[in-house]
Amino acid sequence: MKVLVPVKRVIDANIKVRVKADNSGVETANVKMAMNPFCEIAVEEAVRMKEAGTVEEVIAVTAGPSQCQESLRTALAMGADRAIMIETDEVLEPLGVAKLLKAVVDNEGPGMVIMGKQAIDGDNNQTGQMLSALLGWSQGAFTSKIEVAGDSVNIVREVDAGLQSLTLKMPAVVTVDLRLNEPRYASLPNIMKAKKKPMDTTTPADLGVDITPRVNVISVGEPPAREAGVIVPDVATLVDKLRNEAKVIS
Amino acid sequence: MSILVVAEHDNETLASATYNAVAAASQLSGDIEILVAGSGTSGVAEAAAKIPGVAKVLNADSAEYANDIAENTAPLLVQLAPNYSHVLAPATTFGKNVMPRASALLDVQQISEITAIESDDTFVRPIYAGNAMATVQSTDSVKMITVRMTAFEAVAEDGGSASVEAIAGTGDAGLASFVSQEVSKSDRPELTTARIVISGGRGMKSGENFPLIESVADKLNAAVGASRAAVDAGYVSNDFQVGQTGKVVAPDLYIAVGISGAIQHLAGMKDSKVIVAINNDEEAPIFQVADYGLVADLFDAIPALDAELG
Repeated sequence: MKVLVPVKRVIDANIKVRVKADNSGVETANVKMAMNPFCEIAVEEAVRMKEAGTVEEVIAVTAGPSQCQESLRTALAMGADRAIMIETDEVLEPLGVAKLLKAVVDNEGPGMVIMGKQAIDGDNNQTGQMLSALLGWSQGAFTSKIEVAGDSVNIVREVDAGLQSLTLKMPAVVTVDLRLNEPRYASLPNIMKAKKKPMDTTTPADLGVDITPRVNVISVGEPPAREAGVIVPDVATLVDKLRNEAKVIS
Repeated sequence: MSILVVAEHDNETLASATYNAVAAASQLSGDIEILVAGSGTSGVAEAAAKIPGVAKVLNADSAEYANDIAENTAPLLVQLAPNYSHVLAPATTFGKNVMPRASALLDVQQISEITAIESDDTFVRPIYAGNAMATVQSTDSVKMITVRMTAFEAVAEDGGSASVEAIAGTGDAGLASFVSQEVSKSDRPELTTARIVISGGRGMKSGENFPLIESVADKLNAAVGASRAAVDAGYVSNDFQVGQTGKVVAPDLYIAVGISGAIQHLAGMKDSKVIVAINNDEEAPIFQVADYGLVADLFDAIPALDAELG
């Protein structure tokens, strides 16, 4: 079975993002970028499945400007076999990305798509579910356990009430949550090797997909700031403040 | 045109998040209808019909909807959505699972997790874990929206008398089957709706120390939460997690115990009205959002707090 792993390049999770002065978006120039953390977990899971013999080939795919190749190289260094770069400078929305990925799935015929449950930039949490819908496949969203069993896959999903176990008919789109695994760091020899792994480049037009945005971003602003608080010397003062100043406990 | 709110429930009780989603719907122009899709849901439909301002409840009581399988529920939404200007669902794991599936089938770009409504087509939503707020305008004919429940104060539960209309199911898609659900049982208030929340982080050192904050929680009638670090370390289960990838809470009082205040955690609690931080590291970022900070060893401070509360 082939597994397709879509990945996204985002502002590094450890960087504090800054809103642009003209409120058109957040500052991305000269900011450290990295693979979206949830995507790393997805790559790790696919590579582990290959190491366990469940999967023959792991294909990483991304869409965006040419710099996004960096994230594909990271995926290859982690153990993906080859990569597909869908190059575009257009604004990408989850529905457009899902359509691009559907076209790649139609070309490649993977038995499963494993991807992050959301990207930490747009925080949309949509693309996997949308891809699954467009393909007419089963969907396992927010998974913390994936076990392939013949022509089905047993998953555990992290839901608000606790954990939900489902059996999905293959092929399936599975989106991963944080507790699924701990992604590896790519070793230097593997980073070197990744440079020689194959990477195909295509475009939305080549794939025959219309990615025209549906949403106008009117403005991007700062969140409301909290006023500075005070340090209290001891527990008795804390309780007194909560009772008599903030009046949140009786 | 009318607005459809997709109710979240467990086939017995209407989930509180539904009342927040109705509150968001009430800021849009149009009558509000509620869809209850489940199995054995007559009680849930009756509860939905009592919400003031609701014009009609659609009750899709059919076996394929029993366990919120998105592959089964999405076709129902696809069938209904063209009759409405907006379809809203809570931005819980329920709404986040089914709404994008339905949206893609409708060829609509969903607007996720809105926190404010500017007009019938323009909404505010957090991006970058709440470090920026985007104002976005949808150009799709049906607006598919998930609603961050803490941003909209729940509507009243009683006072209305909407009609309940039974609608037929769309059948089992045959793609996914339910195996089991592990639900954490607790006598304490639910995390997302509690007036007071006390959360423990990595500083708790072990799950065996959580009874320290549970005792305080019981005296304050508070819910117990945890940071991702505490969940990842196995101190408590994932349904306790407060943060960008866990639950977003906005109680009147949030007490963070032994939590450093990673960006991901702050995203889940910084809209709380009053924040207390108890941490032995005075440099911890949690103090930057705290109204009251106490620099102390939690193993001294929490028993003292417990005693102080009587």
